[in-house]
Amino acid sequence: MLTFILNNKIIKEDIHPGTSLLDIIRYKKDLYGTKVGCREGDCGACTVLEGSLIGEKVVYKSIVSCLTPAGNIHGKHIVTIEGLNMSKLSPVQEALVDNSGTQCGFCTPGFVMSLTCHCMEENISDKSKAINAISGNICRCTGYKSIERAAGDISSLMKNKDIKNPVMWLVEKEFIPAYFKDIPGKLKSIQNTTESNGSLVIGGGTDLMVQKPEEVADKSLKMLYNDSGFKGIFVENNKCIINASSTASDIMNSQVVQEVFPEILTTFKLVSSEPVRNMGTIAGNIVNASPIADLSIFFLALNPDLILIKGNKQRNVKLKDFYLGYKKLDLEDGELIKSLVFEIPEKPYFFNFEKVSKRTYLDIASVNSACFIKEEKGVISNCFFTVGGVSPVPLFLEKTSAYLEGKEISIESISSAAGILQEEISPISDVRGSEKYKRLLARQLFFAHFIKLFPGKITFNKLIENNNIV
Amino acid sequence: MKNTDSTGHVKGQSIYIDDIPVKKGTLYAAILGSPVGHGKIQRLDISRAEAIDGVEKIFAYKDIPGENQIGGIVEDEPLFAEKELHFYGQPIALVVATSEPIARKALKEIVLETNELEAITDPREACEKKEFLIPPRTFKIGNIKEAWKSCEYIFEGRVDSGAQEHLYIETQGSYSYPMENGSVKIHSSTQGPTAVQKTAAKVLGFPMHKVEVDVTRLGGGFGGKEDQASAYACMSAVAAHLLQKPVKLVLHRLDDIKMTGKRHPYSSDFKIGLSKDLKILAYQAKLYQNGGAATDLSPAIMERTLFHSTNCYFVPNTEVTVFSTKTNLPPNTAFRGFGAPQGAFVIEAAISKAANELNVPKNLIQCKNFLKEKDEFQYGQIAENVNISKCFDSLDKKYQIEKLEKEVLEFNKNNSGYKKGFSIMPVCFGISFTKTPMNQARALVHIYQDGSVGISTGAIEMGQGVNTKMAQVAAKVFSINISRIKLESTNTTRVANTSPTAASSGADLNGNATRIACEALLKRLTQTAAQMLNTKPENISINDEAVICNGKRTEIKWEKLVETAFLDRVCLTENGHYATPLIHFDKAKEKGHPFAYHVYGVAATTITLDCLRGTYEVDKVLIIHDFGNSINPVIDQGQIEGALVQGIGWMTLEEVVFDKKGKLLSNSLSTYKVPDIYAAPKVIECTPLETEGPELAVLKSKAVGEPPFLYGIGVFFAIQNAIKEFNKEYKPDYDAPLTPEKVLLRLYDK
Repeated sequence: MLTFILNNKIIKEDIHPGTSLLDIIRYKKDLYGTKVGCREGDCGACTVLEGSLIGEKVVYKSIVSCLTPAGNIHGKHIVTIEGLNMSKLSPVQEALVDNSGTQCGFCTPGFVMSLTCHCMEENISDKSKAINAISGNICRCTGYKSIERAAGDISSLMKNKDIKNPVMWLVEKEFIPAYFKDIPGKLKSIQNTTESNGSLVIGGGTDLMVQKPEEVADKSLKMLYNDSGFKGIFVENNKCIINASSTASDIMNSQVVQEVFPEILTTFKLVSSEPVRNMGTIAGNIVNASPIADLSIFFLALNPDLILIKGNKQRNVKLKDFYLGYKKLDLEDGELIKSLVFEIPEKPYFFNFEKVSKRTYLDIASVNSACFIKEEKGVISNCFFTVGGVSPVPLFLEKTSAYLEGKEISIESISSAAGILQEEISPISDVRGSEKYKRLLARQLFFAHFIKLFPGKITFNKLIENNNIV
Repeated sequence: MKNTDSTGHVKGQSIYIDDIPVKKGTLYAAILGSPVGHGKIQRLDISRAEAIDGVEKIFAYKDIPGENQIGGIVEDEPLFAEKELHFYGQPIALVVATSEPIARKALKEIVLETNELEAITDPREACEKKEFLIPPRTFKIGNIKEAWKSCEYIFEGRVDSGAQEHLYIETQGSYSYPMENGSVKIHSSTQGPTAVQKTAAKVLGFPMHKVEVDVTRLGGGFGGKEDQASAYACMSAVAAHLLQKPVKLVLHRLDDIKMTGKRHPYSSDFKIGLSKDLKILAYQAKLYQNGGAATDLSPAIMERTLFHSTNCYFVPNTEVTVFSTKTNLPPNTAFRGFGAPQGAFVIEAAISKAANELNVPKNLIQCKNFLKEKDEFQYGQIAENVNISKCFDSLDKKYQIEKLEKEVLEFNKNNSGYKKGFSIMPVCFGISFTKTPMNQARALVHIYQDGSVGISTGAIEMGQGVNTKMAQVAAKVFSINISRIKLESTNTTRVANTSPTAASSGADLNGNATRIACEALLKRLTQTAAQMLNTKPENISINDEAVICNGKRTEIKWEKLVETAFLDRVCLTENGHYATPLIHFDKAKEKGHPFAYHVYGVAATTITLDCLRGTYEVDKVLIIHDFGNSINPVIDQGQIEGALVQGIGWMTLEEVVFDKKGKLLSNSLSTYKVPDIYAAPKVIECTPLETEGPELAVLKSKAVGEPPFLYGIGVFFAIQNAIKEFNKEYKPDYDAPLTPEKVLLRLYDK
């Protein structure tokens, strides 16, 4: 029995756990403010809020309802635009009206949801964060400048927000209706776990709900998204363990991970959009085996292990060996990814992630790349380079990495390594770019790592001069 | 004045097609599309699909009660394919079931065997094979042959511009149900309710009065729902009529993007000749329009390409020919700008080429050739109230173009990994449908007994704020509070024989019709007031909700006046009719006076290019735009910003990719990227040019929907200039969109 709170009502219904939340909202509950735009998480018109009980509080995040399988909202509070409406406009709604931030209006409820979610964060607000909150919302009338102005107004209204308990503060200031006060209690009353032991494994849904929604809506599922056994990010014996159902947002907001990758808050903004990051899991990203998967390319550069489980059995496999060929994995039937594990490198070390896509944000890369470098006195003592979109699998650049070990960081060594990189990659022409482009871009991103990490030694000018001809 | 719809929008309470509460027994439809770009149907077996529980019926061309024909200008487009298939996704059959998932499931059970034939996707190839939708047309002025002789410099080149997907966030859709006496009512997400009504009547074999079309608003149109909404409205109407049940057809995004036509890609060759002092003496161009598999609106779009092929320049000797070619792509259609951006891009490229070759700033050539008062366009119209130089001068005065250029130069001197690029993009856009008979509109205005006002027009609200403007017109004429006025849905039984809301003309045509209706009503109310006050009507006016007599405010308020008029049996309803005066065009001669007026403007664009990664950001776009006397500056500002960003999308990210067989590869939102909030320019400043505004614009407020789309073209040239700064050996070419891929390859091309 699927149990959740929709706005201020507890819903208990027999609904297939693979049904899209969007369809439940619109066609079972007749709430038409949540719009169908693309059904692939790329427009944000169906954005809703998902509240989870954490201790005594409910923590909210934005999600795209089109890609949310019903089973994932069990025991949660789902808020649609109807659940925000009060007798007068909320300050978020008012800011959009005052700045003329609506034209055709079809995308507008999604913007209201995302901006309201921004207000609910246990965080200090600023305009750039408010804009980031709407990074997954497309307005085709392109009223972005007026929406931007509205976002600015909203963030300035957040100046005195109680960041320890934003929900109560927002109720008081009439940003959200009063019923939100009762939600923690109500949610507590409906917390019960449901068993799911089907054949189709699903995490956040951000891939399967795009690739095969009909199958998800039909088959028996094994749902891992809320399975506490698959949640959590922690350190053990100097190893960072990221459990399978950690979302991209969980990862970027984890202090443990931030400690290892100080730039991750900026870097991960290149990964999809806020609501999709709130849903997509690391295991999903790995198991999808897309050669261009951002999280895979990112973590592959630490040469991590995967822990795979099947019943009581457990085995480890190197992530780089996990990919056998295009969409082929070293994964037995019934085996699940339990976690990704990597040794926390000793400081100092260098890490960088690069991604170029047609559109900088909310797009799939043409080529992406990551690198990990340890350097002693100008010599590379240890390094791993990865590159995506240029081979059938997320590519660990074995030869390029091996070549650079023991080499001085110099224009010459990098240039030679770039030559080896070209031999290791085998891009094909497709909708994300021609072979020629991907080869050039792979080189450029490889160079970008060094230009960014070693600005004293490696300058753009010298590197390009030395590598004039492609 | 805010858009009157905005409160409903932010509350999620505005109604679009899929939000209309459904009637009991509603059925849901899904379309079977062609799996090939060109071919023949060998076998179509629906028996297994029709046997699925919940499937009500599957319709194909044989089931159509009237004509299987939806072509508007040329009758060359079947609603459902009969034997031949001409594009991927071409509708073949319609499954109607008790739910959409069942309908989609049934699609997979239909057995379709086809014989694939060779496809054409390139307009030049189509031209060689003489595959034309309509015969080519040429606009000319002067004597091009003679003119070349007097040119000091002559340059030639090739220009390509790509397709553009509309990507209205609300997909195409319709909801139809049977009415009594065999009639049908259609709710359609269309810009052209009359086109839907007329086409559906033809397909159903009905007189038009048996089809009622109602439109509340669209979740975006941009031209994509001007003509192409009709097919989907017809499908649900046919099913609803034959089954005598309500039928809803809302396209899945993947079907919409696959089945619908886009902005026409063009491939062009130009030849431009200049005098020693950089006057353009001659301009010749051949433009190959990729029309897709059916004519749709291609002839009208071709025409606007011809009208705007010299943008805002006076070229005494011009000869421009457009070939409208037939290919195996979905029938390409209207998209904001309607062929003008494609035409203007070619002459801008030609000027750019000349500037590069002569090593002079492009804007020097631009300025020297701006249209002047009384210049003749290549289509015979004499230019009046020309504001292009005024816009340019005003931009220069406000921002000092030299200073903007210097900033870029300075930056480029000090940076090697990043380069900035600058460009000036001037715009001239003619307002009116180029087909003169379409320049008419009607408005039905009721004043109710309590003083509230209801207005129906032929205009469709799709975010451009036309309803707000209509209410403003009425409020101004009556001098009453705008809260008294309500805009009704657009309905063919209230306002008939409408033109589509297109060509930026919605507010002008319908606004003037509304004005005329309100003025007639005001005249009657004035007479009533005169009777009440025992004076002559010429002594009466209404101001701020009260009757004024001889300049003095009286006790008679609007409500009292209306009530009195009603009791006195004065007619409080009026139907206003407006037809744009003065305009005409003779197609035989290709000369005339097709436009009521022109809109002008200039944009200065600065971009920053990452020379390592090939990516770019638009720093700022500074605009002086000729609004006339804007009736609603806030809404008009939104139109400028929106059109600009859409134009930037067309020139940069938005790449529609088909394979050689005509299959769309950029077939979803994950492969077709439109601008997001980060892709919009960091700064957009738009300042109105101070002018009076033309009489033929509604309340002298010029049309604003399409012209600013062309400002986006400036980004192409700004990026190109930045590439040149980095790669001195780069020979500028003109192949839009300038995606990060094309940029990176050009940065390192030797």
